[in-house]
Amino acid sequence: MAAVDFNQQAVAFASGANNSGFLKSLNEQGLKEFKALPFPTRKTEDWKYTSLFALTKHDYNQSIQTSDASGLEILYEVADLNANRLVFVNGVYKAEASSLESQSGVLVSTFLGADSVLQAEIASKVGQSAESDRNLFTALNNAQVNDGVFIKIDKDVQVQKPIHIVNITTAQAKSSTVFARCFVELAQHANATVIEQFVSSDEEQNVIMNQTTEANIGDGAKLNHYRLNSEHESSLHFAGVYVDLNRDSQFESYQVLLGGKIKRLDILVNHNVGGSHCEMKGVYLPKHDQHVDIHSYIEHKAPNCTTSEVYRGIMADQSNAVFNGRIHIHPDAQKTFAELSNKNLLLSNKATINTKPELEIYADDVRCAHGATVAQIDEQARFYLRSRGISAKQADIMLSFGFINELLESIPLDALRMKMRPLMAEQFTSNKELTKHLLHEDEEGA
Amino acid sequence: MLSINNLQAKVEEKDILKGLSLDIKPGEIHAIMGPNGAGKSTLGNVLSGREGYEVTGGTVSFDGKNILEMDAEERAREGLFLAFQYPVEIPGVSNLEFLKASVDSIREHRGEEAMSSVEFLKLARAKCKLVNLDQSFLKRGVNEGFSGGEKKRNEIMQMMLLEPKLCILDETDSGLDIDALQVVAEGVNSQRDPNRSFIVVTHYQRLLDYIVPDFVHVLADGKIVKSGGKELALELEEKGYSWIEGEEA
Repeated sequence: MAAVDFNQQAVAFASGANNSGFLKSLNEQGLKEFKALPFPTRKTEDWKYTSLFALTKHDYNQSIQTSDASGLEILYEVADLNANRLVFVNGVYKAEASSLESQSGVLVSTFLGADSVLQAEIASKVGQSAESDRNLFTALNNAQVNDGVFIKIDKDVQVQKPIHIVNITTAQAKSSTVFARCFVELAQHANATVIEQFVSSDEEQNVIMNQTTEANIGDGAKLNHYRLNSEHESSLHFAGVYVDLNRDSQFESYQVLLGGKIKRLDILVNHNVGGSHCEMKGVYLPKHDQHVDIHSYIEHKAPNCTTSEVYRGIMADQSNAVFNGRIHIHPDAQKTFAELSNKNLLLSNKATINTKPELEIYADDVRCAHGATVAQIDEQARFYLRSRGISAKQADIMLSFGFINELLESIPLDALRMKMRPLMAEQFTSNKELTKHLLHEDEEGA
Repeated sequence: MLSINNLQAKVEEKDILKGLSLDIKPGEIHAIMGPNGAGKSTLGNVLSGREGYEVTGGTVSFDGKNILEMDAEERAREGLFLAFQYPVEIPGVSNLEFLKASVDSIREHRGEEAMSSVEFLKLARAKCKLVNLDQSFLKRGVNEGFSGGEKKRNEIMQMMLLEPKLCILDETDSGLDIDALQVVAEGVNSQRDPNRSFIVVTHYQRLLDYIVPDFVHVLADGKIVKSGGKELALELEEKGYSWIEGEEA
């Protein structure tokens, strides 16, 4: 079989696209960068444990058939989540499935739905933070981006409803690449919650979701950011999240990574000015032969900033996970406080985790800690549960869930937490009888 | 209720139990005393089905059933309960969730209907009160950050909820001050029942001031070397274990 040249195919496809729109210069620049970047192999340090071989076996540039959003609500509806929602199906905005309520000082628009004045602003801002020169998939996103979500919050405005962006892929996008984009700008002391959700219809699709998010968080502003993946086991996901923190600003991120065949998330946070705080919590639960790869890069470029990163993963069956957490303290970043913890549980002797916490410190007055652990289910705890009549299987599920429960409990949005609990419990077994005890969070109030 | 006959067991290739025999009738309390290393904890672990303990000979019949063939969870469902010397801390699994899962599985085995969450919460709260544990302990991780006394009280609370036929208390007194000891003993005494038996494993006589046994057995080098009434414990306290070992020799 002749190997498919992913770059060549993508270039041909991107060049053929009608990029004459308002994002023309970003598209052209992206294409140029994409062409200049080598295709990552296992010898590329950042891709050492994630093989992109699958991309060379298949052409992901089929054209996407039209599809509508009806009947897909079940994939993304969150009970009691009163949100502004934007729904995209295979990269196409579906107004009929979306609901946006206006609030003064809050601008939420799709790129294509913007008027020409706003489009000019979008063109001037999108792509400014994304480091497309070093990330192949971000470069490709720049080359191809057409539509996306633009969020701009004015000074001192507290956004009342979470902004829920749903990206759905279906079989109509089979063997295609779907591009999605999000841009968030918070002015001074603004405050917003953005939920990016990635789901698929329950059908074979072999889609690549290529997504890029940029956030510019103004002085004293705060962004709560959620990324929830639960895609079909045949789909691939490549994403880059780029965050710029200004003076005393805050970025709080919750990432839940489930499903998918290959998933790669690069998340880059820049502490640019000083006094800013970054808090990231992530859970990844690959099973079967799924592969998940998280690369986080925290750049402490200014003094008095703090970072707290906590990631937990549970690998089942033959799955693989990669966690690479890099914290880079620049010479000017005195009084930095940074901590990173990554704990992993292996449920099978065929599952693997490659974890690498990295601290690079060039300032002398800092407090930093990092650690990674890999363990299996604790035999003593398992025996304790079994000695109380709980079956070995159920004990394993309770202990696995317990391993991530702490992170789940810390999700501040109740509605989302209640949605995630069963989703995560389902990861361990489809037998509801075995997970029923995990799903009664609020009964204490009874 | 429980009949142990010539039980032999080893751990990591080392023989620990070397022909232990013991008969327990419903409602009886048997104390097992003995020096460190005699095999006291091994007995509890072997009876409750802990992995890593290999039974090399003898039989154990519980209510006429051969429990040595059962998994740990099956033994628990049959009505055997081990109160741990060192209860395990399990962060992330709430005590309430753990207790409900446990009670559900045991009720299911008995052919009883599952309790509703509300019903169960009421029951668990009532039991908390009985062992003097604040209700907030239900919400916390299993034994997570509990003091030694709180862990032991949590064990007794589990015993109350599961209503076993046979309770093995493995050095329940270790690490307890006298107040905690009294609370634990009261809990145990409140569970005394003509149909429920106890094996109280202890190194010291003081626990037996509060939980008064019907029989006292001395375990040394993997065997029961002496049996008697509650006065044997006092004698042991006075003369030390070397008295038994000397007598045996």
